[in-house]
Amino acid sequence: MANSIDSANAEAVERIIEARPVLTGLGKALDLIPGMHENLLLHAGPPIGWDKASGPLRGALIGALIFEGRARDEEEAERLIVSGEVGLAPCHHHSAVGPMAGVISPSMAVYEVENRTHGNRAFSNLNEGYGKVLRYGAYSEEVQERLRWMHEVMAPVLGAAIESCSGVDIRALLAEALHMGDEGHNRNKAGSILYTKLLAPHIAKAAPDPATAADVIEALGDNALSVLNPVMAACKAMADAGSEIEQSTIVTTMARNGTEFGIRVSGLGGRWFTSPCPQPVGLYFPGFTAEDGNPDIGDSTITETAGIGAFAMAAAPAIVTFVSGTPQDALNATLEMYEITAAEHNSFTIPQLDFRGTPVGIDLRAVVETGITPRVNTGIAHKEAGVGQIGAGLVRPPLALFTEALVTFAEEYGF
Amino acid sequence: MDDPSVPNDMAVVSPTVNLAEIRAGSYYDSVVLMLLQRALSDLPGVLDAGVVMGTPANKALLAQSALLTDDLEDAAPEDLILVVKADSEAAGRSALAHVDELLAARRSHQSDGYRPKSLSSAKRMVPEAEWVLISVPGRYAADAAREALKLGKNVFLYSDNVSLADEISLKETAAGKGLLVMGPDCGTARVDGMGLGFANRVRTGRIGIVAASGTGLQTVMVGIHLLGCGVSQAYGTGGRDLSAEVQARSAKDALAKLKDDAETDAIVIVSKPPEASVAEDLLRDAASCGKPVIINFIGYRSTQGQEGVAPNICFAETLDGTAETAVRQTTSTDSQSSSEEGPLTSQATEPPCQLMPCPQQGTYLRGLYSGGTLAYEALFLLRDCLPSVRSNGPLPGGLHLDNPHRSDGHTIVDLGGDAFTEGRLHPMLDNELRIRRLLQEARDPETGLIVLDVVLGDGAHEDPASELGPAVAEAIASAAREGRTLPIVAVVIGTDADPQGLDRQVEQLKGAGAYVFTRHDDAVRAVTNAFAGEGADRPHRSSRQAPDVPKTAEPAENLPTFAAINVGLESFSDSLRSQGAEVVHVDWRPPAGGDERLASLLTRLR
Repeated sequence: MANSIDSANAEAVERIIEARPVLTGLGKALDLIPGMHENLLLHAGPPIGWDKASGPLRGALIGALIFEGRARDEEEAERLIVSGEVGLAPCHHHSAVGPMAGVISPSMAVYEVENRTHGNRAFSNLNEGYGKVLRYGAYSEEVQERLRWMHEVMAPVLGAAIESCSGVDIRALLAEALHMGDEGHNRNKAGSILYTKLLAPHIAKAAPDPATAADVIEALGDNALSVLNPVMAACKAMADAGSEIEQSTIVTTMARNGTEFGIRVSGLGGRWFTSPCPQPVGLYFPGFTAEDGNPDIGDSTITETAGIGAFAMAAAPAIVTFVSGTPQDALNATLEMYEITAAEHNSFTIPQLDFRGTPVGIDLRAVVETGITPRVNTGIAHKEAGVGQIGAGLVRPPLALFTEALVTFAEEYGF
Repeated sequence: MDDPSVPNDMAVVSPTVNLAEIRAGSYYDSVVLMLLQRALSDLPGVLDAGVVMGTPANKALLAQSALLTDDLEDAAPEDLILVVKADSEAAGRSALAHVDELLAARRSHQSDGYRPKSLSSAKRMVPEAEWVLISVPGRYAADAAREALKLGKNVFLYSDNVSLADEISLKETAAGKGLLVMGPDCGTARVDGMGLGFANRVRTGRIGIVAASGTGLQTVMVGIHLLGCGVSQAYGTGGRDLSAEVQARSAKDALAKLKDDAETDAIVIVSKPPEASVAEDLLRDAASCGKPVIINFIGYRSTQGQEGVAPNICFAETLDGTAETAVRQTTSTDSQSSSEEGPLTSQATEPPCQLMPCPQQGTYLRGLYSGGTLAYEALFLLRDCLPSVRSNGPLPGGLHLDNPHRSDGHTIVDLGGDAFTEGRLHPMLDNELRIRRLLQEARDPETGLIVLDVVLGDGAHEDPASELGPAVAEAIASAAREGRTLPIVAVVIGTDADPQGLDRQVEQLKGAGAYVFTRHDDAVRAVTNAFAGEGADRPHRSSRQAPDVPKTAEPAENLPTFAAINVGLESFSDSLRSQGAEVVHVDWRPPAGGDERLASLLTRLR
């Protein structure tokens, strides 16, 4: 008889694979996200306070309070948070995920994704595109202006378009994008085009005038990451479907807050295991070096948790240049992840590997046994608030996290 | 200390410094470590270097070479020890600073293809592979073998230091699945025309072999090849298989396979003397197998007398004699050969004889073997002539050499014995230990004659004579400087088809001043004669020529591609690949990085 852990893991992974996340709508965080309130800001990664928050996260928190009209500047924002008047909580505690700083404030627009198989929901914010953006900690007037346009002009049109097309099946969209050279985390070029194409006719109908329609379509189409946030919410919905299964050693959360890397394990409930965040290794934009980089940040590791991103690297040879690799390295990256995962995905397949399903369901035991930690494709943020993205590359969570979680698991279940 | 031959200006002892580093929990293939050790030794100012895993045996060896520093005493078996002896602190530091660079240089040479980290991933890559070769450190080997059996694969288990209980349970599991476990401590085999582990390139033919001894098997295979015949299958069983505890489980399974193999006409069984009851049991199986069986139990005599066991069974005295008998048994029934009954050896003209000087009075034989069975056979063949030979692997009732690192009187050391190989490369791959020992013996005025074996073939060192030759010359010269004549006898076990080239090896060793043989029994006879005072007046054959049996063409093209999975020594993958096999090499690491507490926790969670 297979042991109880194996069967618990099989159940957890089956739920992750069977989950069918569909983008169903767009609305205010305060209205949609469970537990959200006027005095709460959500952020990426495991729990953290202002004192330990890194530059990009502080910048994003400041920017969000300015956006909310709660603060006029850094000092006011800092005082609100330090005094406890405005609380901080991980997105992950509220069925949400956000890329990089991942800050979601009460009046921000969020995507709603529903897992049609198991009924759970997940949320993510809107993607701002490149350059000076809130998620990298920028909060200047330029950033605010962009945020206001997104919320006042784009969000209502986008929300109506999503409603009018009666939902976007993100699992199907991802499956197609993987066959078009995306891995779903760092490369979402194909997915974003598919997303834009799918919504374009509905946007045209929903927009108040052709110029607005054109602006919204252009904003979506120009941003090769526009689908990243719905994809992350979809991955969150899938991962959540596999969480809190008794006796399961499957990792259901990996997330970073710019200071610490945190993981959670299905069989250990909501408990976080954290450790200082490593710096990504990768390619820097001209003018920047590793010196400028912030430790890794963001909830986007939810993609790897759900079996895409770096785990599907074989599908996206175009981006191996981030780690100065070769297409063979892209194949090797995915093949390596099979060593630590419990299953292969039914829906996400990789043409380059003879349509083998992507590796899914990180098994804590396999990580500790092999010493192979999950690969994560990631963007690199400048360590100072407001500068933005300065590169992209690869990071792996520290092995110690998995070891600590495994030891705790064994104690908890009396092994 | 006061060596009169050292010129005065060199007698000023320059201070040397030992610098060491321990890297906890790092595992590297022992071949990688050997190459790193070489590379370190070649750096400027470095006099000597040691790169080994921190097993007690390795620490003893480091102490032997004056490389063990106090802080290294605490190193654990899973720790990597790096130590350099340099002529200055700066040189030593600089050498240690090069370690990562040297390791990285090697890594970049590796192919780009994916290297699986586990057996199950490897199986996925070559589902057709029927064999898994395992050469990971002994304490991990049984688990790896169990996993291979679970995946439905036969196991070639090279690793030693596997417990008896594990060996028995592995063999029982294998039998239940119709699989074969060769080993533990199985050095060589030949399956479907492919040499596994340390194997010589021999002709495919109609003689099948079961051997509980690695070099025994190699010597017989080479002998058969040099006599113009070939081998169908050769199965190793591991040295303990014919013990009372293991009950010849693998040998009996292998014998059954050969019995049913249509390509096998005659069967050879080679082992050190088995447990009597096990021998009788195996002989019963042999008697009923319906094929001629030639047995060499090295000195074993059946209680029923050599000839009385069964009409299809005969016993041979030496390994070379075993090959001869087997060839005679097949060629007499084989239509392809027209050779008449008669001596099969060296029909060609005797080569010009070398006259070997007798050892000086009061000096002793020092045998430095890499092949355990060759060492054992030497003890057996010498038993009447030199009755008091000490060894770390003596004959039953023989004298035990208390400290394997120090010879005492007549001594034959098996440098492939556990004391020398735990956490370290076998002397067939790494000549360093033997070279050190050779020079140590040469400096000992009590050493009168040295004999050593040089085993060729896949898996072995790529050009052993290129390293042993100069050492032999240096040994002879160092004895000469003290006014002593030191004859050195070398026996080369290999074939013309071996990657090292038999002739090239023989020539290099001859050039260095060794007396070279290609038959072990000839070599031992020469030693016997030398100690009997007959050294100078008995010519001996210095090489053996095959009789004129037409070489059968290798039907290689018709054979399906042999596929295998290799876990451990990378050289085993390389040699299989060079023989045309498809190999997937597992990039193996100790479970949980060698952390035993976590590894045992993982076992409970599996």
